[in-house]
Amino acid sequence: MRHYLHLNKCLPTLSALAFLALWQGLAAYLNSSTLPMPEVVAKVFWQACVSGQLPYHLGVTLLRLVVGFAVAMLLGCAIGIVLGRNKKLDAFFDNWLVMFLNIPALVTIILCYVWFGLIESAAILAVVVNKLPNVIVTIREGTRTLDQDLLEMARCYRFGKRKTLIHVIWPQLHPFVMGATRSGLALIWKIILVVELLGRSNGMGYQLHLFFQLFDVASILAYTIAFVGVIQLIELLVLKPLDKKALRWRR
Amino acid sequence: MTDIHINIRSKLYPTATTPSISNFKLSLQSNEFICLVGPSGCGKTTLLNIISGLDEDYDGDILVGEQHTQPKIGYIFQNPRLLPWRTVRENIELALDAAVDAAVIDELLELMQLTQAQHSYPERLSLGMSRRVAIIRAFAIDPEVLLMDEPFVSLDAPTARQVRELLLKLWLQRPHTVLFVTHDLREAIALADRLIFLSASPMQVVSEISVPIARDQRDDESAIEAFRQQLLQHHPDIKQLL
Repeated sequence: MRHYLHLNKCLPTLSALAFLALWQGLAAYLNSSTLPMPEVVAKVFWQACVSGQLPYHLGVTLLRLVVGFAVAMLLGCAIGIVLGRNKKLDAFFDNWLVMFLNIPALVTIILCYVWFGLIESAAILAVVVNKLPNVIVTIREGTRTLDQDLLEMARCYRFGKRKTLIHVIWPQLHPFVMGATRSGLALIWKIILVVELLGRSNGMGYQLHLFFQLFDVASILAYTIAFVGVIQLIELLVLKPLDKKALRWRR
Repeated sequence: MTDIHINIRSKLYPTATTPSISNFKLSLQSNEFICLVGPSGCGKTTLLNIISGLDEDYDGDILVGEQHTQPKIGYIFQNPRLLPWRTVRENIELALDAAVDAAVIDELLELMQLTQAQHSYPERLSLGMSRRVAIIRAFAIDPEVLLMDEPFVSLDAPTARQVRELLLKLWLQRPHTVLFVTHDLREAIALADRLIFLSASPMQVVSEISVPIARDQRDDESAIEAFRQQLLQHHPDIKQLL
């Protein structure tokens, strides 16, 4: 039994090593500049870190991500809860939601730049507009599944709006908020790079565009690894502990 | 504590053609324990929801003394309706105002034999224990009326008896006006000062009977059974309501 547990813990490391071996093998076989060896990418990564280029552009992108994500989550949770609790408003805005959900990201990005100019706030707005409908839909579905018995109990014991939101509604929405957070981070990463590629002169998207023109695949892979690493860190240091704390009451 | 007068002229659900309650009148004297006994589906829960203010769509009034105000309610539902993500103690505290004396909660927890479990989450409690937490929560807010909607219905007989005895002990120490809904005539006799028998829908009061058994003899099952037999003999119309 203990033996199996030990093996289970080793599996993620084993799978990472297998991935590296596969990459190494393929690169050696192809022997082409379009797929550089892992050690070449590692060297480029290290140089970009030391020169300060990678931390700077990654930092700029992260800042846009944090602002865009925070605005989209706050607005999305508020609107989602209101729509989930109010059938008339929901019926009125449902079409809007479906429309915004289906507008291609590229269209909103271009329109934001055309209407507001190539400025920082237009970039952030484009990110928010792309992410917002997803958050609203997820939180609205969560609000619809709220336990009516507990809401009645809260009304009967005169909890008031604030207490009801914090102690009755929010804990039930937690899995939905975490779902929106995880899918949201993945989505925003992808959108933010396009936003930067089209209209900013810094950030990961701008850099990737530059490397594409130079056909510098090693740098593209080095930057990719950096932001996959950042996402993993967010998952490990922020999201997992949040989950653990919020679900401690479960058997 | 003041008397409470309930007068429901009519309660009609939007999709129904006949009212589920009509011309229902009941006065609750201060600190009286009343058991409502009636067939299932007759509208007992609807009545409790109206009194608690959860259902406001009805024609009638509820008077606290002379005033048209919503009485302060402690509601013990069929399911305990505890917040699973809050501990036993937090569940009780949340129902209370901020400035509540912690000693009151300690005392109630001890009376209901839950001191050990006060920091546990509801999922780790037995059915009987979570019922007791719901009872504490209802008593702790010092309500004008305590509503209980068949709170022991899903418990096995020995557990139901134990929780019932604890409830009575608590009520004798801290008397409150109680409206207790049940199907079980024995349970009703064991608890009530007054029994109210209700008709099938539209719900009306069929008869009111005071229970003459002294409070210190309520754990005597033979006395309760004797009174039950006597009741059924003298009021044959009750039988069909059970």
